[in-house]
Amino acid sequence: MAEPTLFDLSQPGKRCITMPQPARAPEQYLPEGQLRAEPPALPEVSEPEIARHYARLAAWNFNVDRNFYPLGSCTMKYNPRASEAIAAEPGWARLHPATPEECMQGALRLMRDLETWLAAILGMDAVSLQPPAGAAGEFTSLRVFRAWHDSHGDTARRRVIVPDTAHGTNPASVARCGWDVTVLTSDEEGRVSPDALRDVLGDDVAAIMLTNPNTLGLFETHVLEIAEMAHEAGALMYCDGANLNALLGHARPGDMGFDAVHVNLHKTFSTPHGGGGPGSGPIAVVAKLEPFLPAPRVRRAGEGTRTTGGEGALEWDWDRPQSIGKVQAWFGNFLVAVRAWAYIRSMGAEGLRQATEDAVLAANYIRRALEGELDLPYPATCMHECVFSAKTLADERGVHAADIAKRLLDYGIHPPTMYFPLIVEEALMIEPTETESKATLDQFIAAMREILRDAAEQPDLLHEAPHTTPVRRVDEVNAARKPVLRWQKT
Amino acid sequence: MELPNDRRYTQSHEWAKLDGDVVRVGITEFAVEQLGDIIFLDLPEVGTAVRAGAAFGEIESVKAVSDLISPVTGEVREVNEKLMDDLDAFADDPWEAGWMIVVAPEDPSELDGLLDADGYAAKAEEA
Repeated sequence: MAEPTLFDLSQPGKRCITMPQPARAPEQYLPEGQLRAEPPALPEVSEPEIARHYARLAAWNFNVDRNFYPLGSCTMKYNPRASEAIAAEPGWARLHPATPEECMQGALRLMRDLETWLAAILGMDAVSLQPPAGAAGEFTSLRVFRAWHDSHGDTARRRVIVPDTAHGTNPASVARCGWDVTVLTSDEEGRVSPDALRDVLGDDVAAIMLTNPNTLGLFETHVLEIAEMAHEAGALMYCDGANLNALLGHARPGDMGFDAVHVNLHKTFSTPHGGGGPGSGPIAVVAKLEPFLPAPRVRRAGEGTRTTGGEGALEWDWDRPQSIGKVQAWFGNFLVAVRAWAYIRSMGAEGLRQATEDAVLAANYIRRALEGELDLPYPATCMHECVFSAKTLADERGVHAADIAKRLLDYGIHPPTMYFPLIVEEALMIEPTETESKATLDQFIAAMREILRDAAEQPDLLHEAPHTTPVRRVDEVNAARKPVLRWQKT
Repeated sequence: MELPNDRRYTQSHEWAKLDGDVVRVGITEFAVEQLGDIIFLDLPEVGTAVRAGAAFGEIESVKAVSDLISPVTGEVREVNEKLMDDLDAFADDPWEAGWMIVVAPEDPSELDGLLDADGYAAKAEEA
């Protein structure tokens, strides 16, 4: 690698700043058992060296501020500066979570607002902001489902039905919840069919997890019938909300018969992710599940409540005997909620609706432009993302989805998601989001066309890609088989 | 597609070969090709009870993690511990050296319900 580590740069005696000598020796401050035998082997470098080291690494970093990032199902939107500026306000950023309620009314109000808005967007009755990521939202929802079933003495339900197009986190959440996964095969259109569901549904099914639109970018058109069948069998309906960007202001999981849904604030509501910050995966539920949501909940003080903030103030409600308990330290990733609040506030209802329209339009624009160039196994009009396959190219030219993805890096474009969903061989899953201008989409399409032409004429150009990145193609197989997890001095 | 005729096959690309009164289990060459470079195998321990149609382990490639589905119900008698040491060798010979487990079946006639070589070839070609 072209950039040495700080340990490689280290020279004995170098310092960023010179600290005054302590007045007493270390053993005068600390008991003997807590003293190190030797000082730690920290790198010794000057401040300019450290600053330049990180600036160089940052310049190599691929991020949505610099380039197109069509990573399917990840909704890599631009993160507006206004949201960042608002979240950086010291009133939010420096607020201690243990601050007495009467001194944090603004923060409580913000959380209450965001809960209310998300409930309206999703068509649900109650929201918890606690889960710190999408998968955590899934897991929390399943625990809420389990608590609800248990509260009816209905403890024999063991199975959760998950379609074969689902995100891998769905079966993982089921297993983590102590339940068993039943995989449901999608029909030839790429959707869940009520007929297929009938074969696996039974009175031992606790829930059905459905992503809508699914990971092929297709709306699950039978969702109402599926929800009716599930409820008739005594099961609950879970919506994986990772693809919510296709629905804002147009359709609501609550109206589709879902009992719970998670939202990735770091996708749909444009807070940073992919290494840019922690996630946040609030869940929204129907009224009957509200008592089981994680504690505490924000409530308005009324008669008999203990707040010192007075009548009408907001306070934490910890007295939730049916709650599944806490799922995250304090109240969730609060500063992510602030960014999402700012995003929703600045977009407004019309703006969110428009964002979804533009996201769907952009995905279909790419789908139509490239449909003659790559295989399109599910050719219907898509929603926020489209899934191509490089199968013909792989069979005929030995050029795989991964080779196309790596070559895109040479054009300054982040690769799409590869080899997912699992039911599409050689999958390339492209989600442009509403962020991108037509000019950017056209550049991407032109790059793809050139790459596909090269795939036919000079396939090694793709096999050896990327050519222009600081680190060339890595040995993924060896890295996975024999991972080196810790740097060691050589 | 050339397939050994001395064994039975599952829809999920495992093979099962009756070997005296035990059943040797592995995955097909087609499965290995589809998976791509294999990076990890999670096999059960000797003595584990396995159930026909249920996962007995996992196989991970650079593309995905897949369940290994047991063709028969019974108890694991042997595990091919050597596979993890040389995954390329496993991929080169999934039919013989690449066997994964040996199961003492509760009911050896369970194998009769599985696909034969022709049935599996038809299924694999359609995939």
